[in-house]
Amino acid sequence: MTTIPASWFLVLAAVLFGVGAFGVLTRRSALIMFMCIELMLNAVNLTFVTFARTMSDIGGQTTVFFIMVVAAAEVTVGLGIVVAVFRRRSSTSVDELTELQG
Amino acid sequence: MAHLAPLIMIFPLLGFLLVLVNGRSLSDRATGAIATSVVGLSFLASVACFVLLLHDKSREVSINLFDWISVDTLHVPAALLIDPLSITMCLFVTGISTLIHLYSTAYMAGEKDFRKFFLYLNLFVFSMLTLVLANNLVLTFVGWEGVGACSYWLVSFYFDRDAAASAGKKAFVYNRVGDIGLLLAMFLLFQHTHTLTYLSIFSATSSLSPTVATLVVLALLLGATGKSAQIPLFNWLPDAMEGPTPVSALIHAATMVTAGVFLLVRMSPVLALSSSGRMTIAVIGGVTAFVAATIATSQKDIKKVLAFSTVSQIGYMVLAVGVGAYGAAIFLMVSHAFFKALLFLGSGSVIHSLGGEQDMRKMGALAKWLPLTFPTFLIGWLTISGVPPFAGFWSKGDVLTNVFAHNKILWALGVVTAILTAYYMSRLFVLTFRGTERFREVTHQHDPHESPLVMTAPLVILAVLSVLGGLLDLPWAHGFSLTHFLSPTFGYVAPSAAQSTGLQTGLALVDVVAALIGLFAAFTIWRDRVESDTFEKPFFEHVWRWDDAYDATLGRPLTALAHVTSDVVETRVIDGAVEGLGGSVRRSGEGIRKLQAGLVRQYALAMVLGVTVIVVYLVGRVR
Repeated sequence: MTTIPASWFLVLAAVLFGVGAFGVLTRRSALIMFMCIELMLNAVNLTFVTFARTMSDIGGQTTVFFIMVVAAAEVTVGLGIVVAVFRRRSSTSVDELTELQG
Repeated sequence: MAHLAPLIMIFPLLGFLLVLVNGRSLSDRATGAIATSVVGLSFLASVACFVLLLHDKSREVSINLFDWISVDTLHVPAALLIDPLSITMCLFVTGISTLIHLYSTAYMAGEKDFRKFFLYLNLFVFSMLTLVLANNLVLTFVGWEGVGACSYWLVSFYFDRDAAASAGKKAFVYNRVGDIGLLLAMFLLFQHTHTLTYLSIFSATSSLSPTVATLVVLALLLGATGKSAQIPLFNWLPDAMEGPTPVSALIHAATMVTAGVFLLVRMSPVLALSSSGRMTIAVIGGVTAFVAATIATSQKDIKKVLAFSTVSQIGYMVLAVGVGAYGAAIFLMVSHAFFKALLFLGSGSVIHSLGGEQDMRKMGALAKWLPLTFPTFLIGWLTISGVPPFAGFWSKGDVLTNVFAHNKILWALGVVTAILTAYYMSRLFVLTFRGTERFREVTHQHDPHESPLVMTAPLVILAVLSVLGGLLDLPWAHGFSLTHFLSPTFGYVAPSAAQSTGLQTGLALVDVVAALIGLFAAFTIWRDRVESDTFEKPFFEHVWRWDDAYDATLGRPLTALAHVTSDVVETRVIDGAVEGLGGSVRRSGEGIRKLQAGLVRQYALAMVLGVTVIVVYLVGRVR
């Protein structure tokens, strides 16, 4: 059985990260931006797992679990904020949220 | 002695504190009684110390009160030096102070600030005694500043009058200039002798090079010109006449203004090291005596005449110091204290009788209205004019004899000054007591009234002292004289001892002739005149334009400089720098805050770009 080379996983992770970053920069909806952020986080997770595998180091996998927990917490708070904003404004467009401008 | 001498100082301090603490609850009468009696007790303590000192062979007693300053090599004890010089000063300072305190209780009666007046007066006596009794320059300096402060408060005693307030400021500023001299002298002496105690300085004079000694003497002279109103710092004294007349008599005639002469005499072993320094002192004294005498001939205010006369007489003392005749200087100082206090208090009595009028043109023919003031003033006038056998003849003669042995030009100047002295004092006397009555307008047709007994009694005592003062130091009484008593204090022997009796008699005759010329001239000119353009030159009346010169050379340029600093340096440079800094921060903030657009995606873009840059940099570095 042939193994898939590690570089493929890394390329996939880079592509996923690029897609996520592009989404964060281009989309106005806060929800979509959140999804894109999750995509970026998971791209990073994939990288960690890949390196953990190739280097036979369990540390990478441990970090991934931490990232998953942190991401879950972040989504909880983030979605809470998005819902609160939506209740006030009936919109989730981040471009309208400019009260903190200088 | 160790227990007695501090009492000389403690009594006036006690009086000051008593009046200070109980000021509001004491009646005016009680205040006057306390203030006068503490100074009287101080005088008695001085007499007792004097008697004890006569029985002390060494004639020098140092009394350590407590260690005051002790830093590294600097040790300044609060200690007293009782020697013939300090005890002579104590005797006449406390004696005259007692009389003037007594006089003031009546003169100042009914004044709003009666208690404050005696508070200052007692503090003044305490400071003056600190000055003369101190055994080191630092403690002397404390007294020096103390009398300066009291002088300031008392000159501007009527501070609601503009003239009095600014006269006080003028006195203060002029004295500060002089104080710099005293401080510089102290610094120089400490640098070279590592001590500030008089006796230690005197035993370390060998470590002073001639240049340093001259610098010290000149610095001391600057200090003396400030306090003793000599050229170039003399013109605060006439303005100081804004103070009450007893203050003029005590502080600005008899005691404080002689402090400069005292300081020079005290430092005589240092003066002995610098003949050029002594020459400068002599010239300053001689010229001041002459200049002030010319000014006194043209003044219209009775107290101003006496003020310039004081400057002139102190000039004589400084002249005597300059030629090394320290005994003569102190002799003139003591006799001057007698007759000038007498003249000031007499003029105070005149002013009192006319309800505050000081202009001599509005006096005249007061002789018959003031039966006690008139004869005492007459004695004062003859004494200062140098008519024998009064004290002034002997003391001034003593000075001039010594000057003659030293420098003929300064002696001639001194004799001319003596003529002028007799002239302006006779002018004052004639205008005040003789001639026609010109005071009716001032007194609203009332008759002038003689002052009460507490005012005239000091006049009588001072008149007696003026008559008999010459006995202190008669030229032929070598063993029993003030100069002989003082001689252990001085490191330099006056040259007059070597003069023949014939020469001394000749010089005395010159003095008498000078006095008579002045008297005769004044009586001829002023018998039927009140004012005269010929004999009252505006140049003299306006103090040789001295104030104008200071105004033009110092006052106005410095005022202009102050305006430049306040209008340009302050507003443009300092405020400009401060406000410019604040403004630039604010403006850059205005510009930079535009970056904070509030758009999350913009921030995200910035982050991505930043991370990209960092990554590119890191990757580039790895390669």
